[in-house]
Amino acid sequence: MRYSGFRILQQALTGHKGWTPAWRNPDPQPHYDYVIVGGGGHGLATAYYLARQFRQSRIAVLEKGWIGGGNVGRNTTIIRSNYLLDGNEPFYEFSLRLWEGLEQDFNYNAMVSQRGILNLFHSDAQRDAYIRRGNAMRLHGADAELLDRDQVRRAYPFLDFDNARFPIKGGLAQRRGGTVRHDAVAWGYARGADQRGVDIIQNCAVTGLRIENGRCTGVDTTRGVIGAGKVGVAVAGNSSRVMAMAGLRLPIESHVLQAFVSEGLKPVLPGVITFGAGHFYCSQSDKGGLVFGGDLDGYNSYAQRGNLPVIEDVAEGGMALFPGLGRVRLLRAWGGVMDMSMDGSPIIDRTPVEGLYLNGGWCYGGFKATPASGWCFAHLLATDQPHPTATAYRLDRFARGLMIDEKGVGAQPNLH
Amino acid sequence: MIINHPLLGPCDAQEFTYLGDASLLHRPDGMAEGAADAFVDYSYPRENPAGLHRELWFHEQGDRSWLVVTRDTVTHEITQVELASDVARREGRSR
Ligand SMILES: Cc1cc2nc3c(=O)[nH]c(=O)nc-3n(C[C@H](O)[C@H](O)[C@H](O)COP(=O)(O)OP(=O)(O)OC[C@H]3O[C@@H](n4cnc5c(N)ncnc54)[C@H](O)[C@@H]3O)c2cc1C
Repeated sequence: MRYSGFRILQQALTGHKGWTPAWRNPDPQPHYDYVIVGGGGHGLATAYYLARQFRQSRIAVLEKGWIGGGNVGRNTTIIRSNYLLDGNEPFYEFSLRLWEGLEQDFNYNAMVSQRGILNLFHSDAQRDAYIRRGNAMRLHGADAELLDRDQVRRAYPFLDFDNARFPIKGGLAQRRGGTVRHDAVAWGYARGADQRGVDIIQNCAVTGLRIENGRCTGVDTTRGVIGAGKVGVAVAGNSSRVMAMAGLRLPIESHVLQAFVSEGLKPVLPGVITFGAGHFYCSQSDKGGLVFGGDLDGYNSYAQRGNLPVIEDVAEGGMALFPGLGRVRLLRAWGGVMDMSMDGSPIIDRTPVEGLYLNGGWCYGGFKATPASGWCFAHLLATDQPHPTATAYRLDRFARGLMIDEKGVGAQPNLH
Repeated sequence: MIINHPLLGPCDAQEFTYLGDASLLHRPDGMAEGAADAFVDYSYPRENPAGLHRELWFHEQGDRSWLVVTRDTVTHEITQVELASDVARREGRSR
């Protein structure tokens, strides 16, 4: 069923009795050409583009829980392409362009809102660093604009501009950045993939990888053995666990990141803001809740929940930037488990096992990457060649000394 | 989380900084043959288990000792805490 304004009108007049499920609920078949492990944003986007863009068929997505239950439904929904390094910026700009046409492409309202993102700076040195970053973005065709203090004040008059330690001196704005309804991204890709014949199989955990003569020929699952021409793994925080089934050790640690939402308020924050002197960032959802977050808890974790010290740290950061926040009540807090890679950048590559491909290491920034990640992984699976914007995301870059370390902190995942 | 320091007793985990997998105690010999590969293996890949994990914590706000903490990465429960120097000596290092 195609969604449209006309369809809503028609359904409204007939008591909304004609809506059908957005995707089928098929039983797994014994064999597929492509098996995608992980039904998060990246796995679903991969299946969608494999079918739509690369005209492949006989594709399944295996999800151990339900669609949208992983990080795709836990993140703070920010999209942007404001990276510094050559290995990253073209990829994230490609992703932002895909976001711009996504809703028409998959015929689903994902509430893509280009309300702008503003990274605040608080010192002269930080201004210099942001100018450099803005220039790097513009060299790759992205938009970037340096705002002075008065321009920031016009948009966000309630921030603490004269904070004694961290006065706001201006910000780097990317007006095409913004937010997207995260669940709708998973649902839109799932529906779009399903319409093109992809089997989306929920409650189906992969428990083993079948490897014969160095080649991956299928997967063991809680719903039986499923054979595969190629297996693409996109399981976010669980990449190490799934790849261990093939005897591989990854340059990844799993860490927990928390996020928070306040009670609903009238519109106060027009865009996304990030504090440059502490770990705090914030946007306002269309329901009115302030959605915010900060730093990792900082130790290896597979628990989808964090501890209190980080909540205190995030609240302190928020109060330093935005004192009015002190009157707002917190509604919910939650956590998600992420692959923190050794250089803070992702991996989209073949593995030493033939027929087994990895899409992982997305750290806390993989939501914005969802469309391009799916597209590039589909490109790799279908053609065995990396997409031009993803050539740097190789698994062997650590051994070859070609790390993509935006922050320059080295092989210390909890600092990226 | 509370880390039960072998010398100081229970301490808030906030007093510590976290380094990572305790395999980092065993830095390869830079002069040995194949040292480059050994260093890649030491620096980047990790077991990253879901379950018991032996890891290095530094008591930065306290006595500045290094500890090896055995912690469950699924429940965050800590089951064993030792001085890293004791562990290193037991595992064959001179100090
Ligand atoms: C609190 C928080 C805030 C974030 N904020 C942002 C943000 O503002 N902007 C941004 O760009 N990014 C953000 N991120 C990062 C982003 O959410 C992730 O990088 C991205 O969602 C990961 O890709 P995914 O959607 O495919 O992951 P997921 O949705 O986690 O998908 C992986 C799926 O694999 C499944 N799986 C795991 N193991 C198996 C198995 N053995 N068999 C079958 N299935 C399996 C899981 O159940 C899961 O559904 C945030 C993350 C968190 C936790």
